[in-house]
Amino acid sequence: MSVSAISIKGVNKTYEGKIEALKDINLDVEEGEVFGLVGPDGAGKSTLFNILTTLLLPDSGQIKVFLMDAVRDYKSIRQIIGYLPGTFSLYPDLSVQENLDFFAVMYKSDIEENMSLIEPIWKQISPFKDRKAGKLSGGMKQKLALCCALIHRPSILFLDEPTTGVDPVSRKEFWDILKSIRQQNITVVVSTPYMDEATRCDRIALIQDGRIIGINPPQTFINNFKGKLYTFKSENIFSLLKVMEQCPLNCNYYPYGEHCHVAFYEDMQEALPKFEAFLQEHHQTYETITPIDPSVEDCFIEIVTHSN
Amino acid sequence: MFSIEANQLTKQFGTFTAVDHISFQVNEGEIFGFLGANGAGKTTAIKMMSGLLLPTSGTAMIAGFDIRTQSKLIKRNIGYMSQKFSLYGDLTVFENMQLFGTIYKIPRKELKDRIMNSLRELDMEKQADTLVDSIPLGWKQKLAFATAILHRPKIVFLDEPTSGVDPIVRREFWKLIYLAASKGVTILVTTHYMDEAEYCNRISIMSEGQIKLIGTPDELKKKMEVNTINDVFVKFVKR
Repeated sequence: MSVSAISIKGVNKTYEGKIEALKDINLDVEEGEVFGLVGPDGAGKSTLFNILTTLLLPDSGQIKVFLMDAVRDYKSIRQIIGYLPGTFSLYPDLSVQENLDFFAVMYKSDIEENMSLIEPIWKQISPFKDRKAGKLSGGMKQKLALCCALIHRPSILFLDEPTTGVDPVSRKEFWDILKSIRQQNITVVVSTPYMDEATRCDRIALIQDGRIIGINPPQTFINNFKGKLYTFKSENIFSLLKVMEQCPLNCNYYPYGEHCHVAFYEDMQEALPKFEAFLQEHHQTYETITPIDPSVEDCFIEIVTHSN
Repeated sequence: MFSIEANQLTKQFGTFTAVDHISFQVNEGEIFGFLGANGAGKTTAIKMMSGLLLPTSGTAMIAGFDIRTQSKLIKRNIGYMSQKFSLYGDLTVFENMQLFGTIYKIPRKELKDRIMNSLRELDMEKQADTLVDSIPLGWKQKLAFATAILHRPKIVFLDEPTSGVDPIVRREFWKLIYLAASKGVTILVTTHYMDEAEYCNRISIMSEGQIKLIGTPDELKKKMEVNTINDVFVKFVKR
């Protein structure tokens, strides 16, 4: 039987008495999984991270990390977690090596003993080990921060938006690193605003305006998609937005990269010919309309538009 | 005349070459995606093109003005918005637009009309007197864009304008970009969302200070024999 690495029940957090950052959050993270918090900036992801890492007190609710209470047992929790915050939080005036030494000493941890865990990442930055951390490139800083967060071999690693503003290739590299960390039996909780990264998690919670709007494995979100999703190419993906305001069918249209996506909530045998007639009536040129499997981004859009 | 015309534009910091002889043109009303990995030199190039940083060598004409000698005129004719939210949180929506409009010397009477028009387009008329700190991020970004084009610049530079914004608001933001472009405003935009790269008329990909690829999204996909711009990017950087 798997143990809950994290259990959160009814957590609320309000700032300055008025900004509701978290509203009735309930979720469990299982030991050994990669759990993703997926949502836009301002959704409450960082607030939840700060509460889970015992840096912030909730207004109400209960949080357990490996059965320890986040409010009462915060000192013990801090021993077993690693945290990579959203902003660079190492010492810019210390060298790469000195930063790693510092964190190892603080956690009374032995670098040699845990080298096997960080070696694949450390290998990439050790050529610069005498350089000051502040002088590293963005990608290198992040790899160093990851080494420092792992050097005491935590049971849970928290990563707050590690890939925001990072180019697609470096993002992919970073997720490959996370996969290798998971194989060392470390539970990973990671947040991201990039919907495409959700598929790299075992389970995800979609979060919007301080509320969790769904928790599932990515594939379950996709299986639960209510609409019938179609894609086509058009020269005018944005001017089509205006035209679609007049569409009589129950559907949701949005641009999706070079394609147009339409989710229909109709019987397709009748709706599809009606839709094509509508496009022709409004002088829209388009290529073949074909059904397509939704992505997590399609799911997010459906859930948010439907809850409004 | 091109809206942006860079010719062998170069910037060195000591021995490091951040931007290395880039040459390209952007047409009036075009949406141009300026892509590249982190540290490729995009921000340095944008700083030179907006008259904030002098080039080491080479030049660029922005809206017909020379970046080396006419930076004041350039600043009057461009708009700029960055990934970091650039409005004042403790001023209201209206006050923010008023502040920027006044800095650009838009006559007082006309300014009020422009602000109201712009808020109507954003569907934010009701929020005119709301403090900017208390509106959601996506709205702030849309407001920052509207503020950046309030003085009707010929060109607007957008540096990762949608970073961290939710999928629905990202699309609303791009609708605003299309609207501005349809009125003849030239857009130069950077993004790490590869689906947004597909929304551009043309894109360039920078690496190590140089522009390595330039063309329409379709041309680049054909050239690299892949189906998406994401794959173009990955294939290109891996080489």
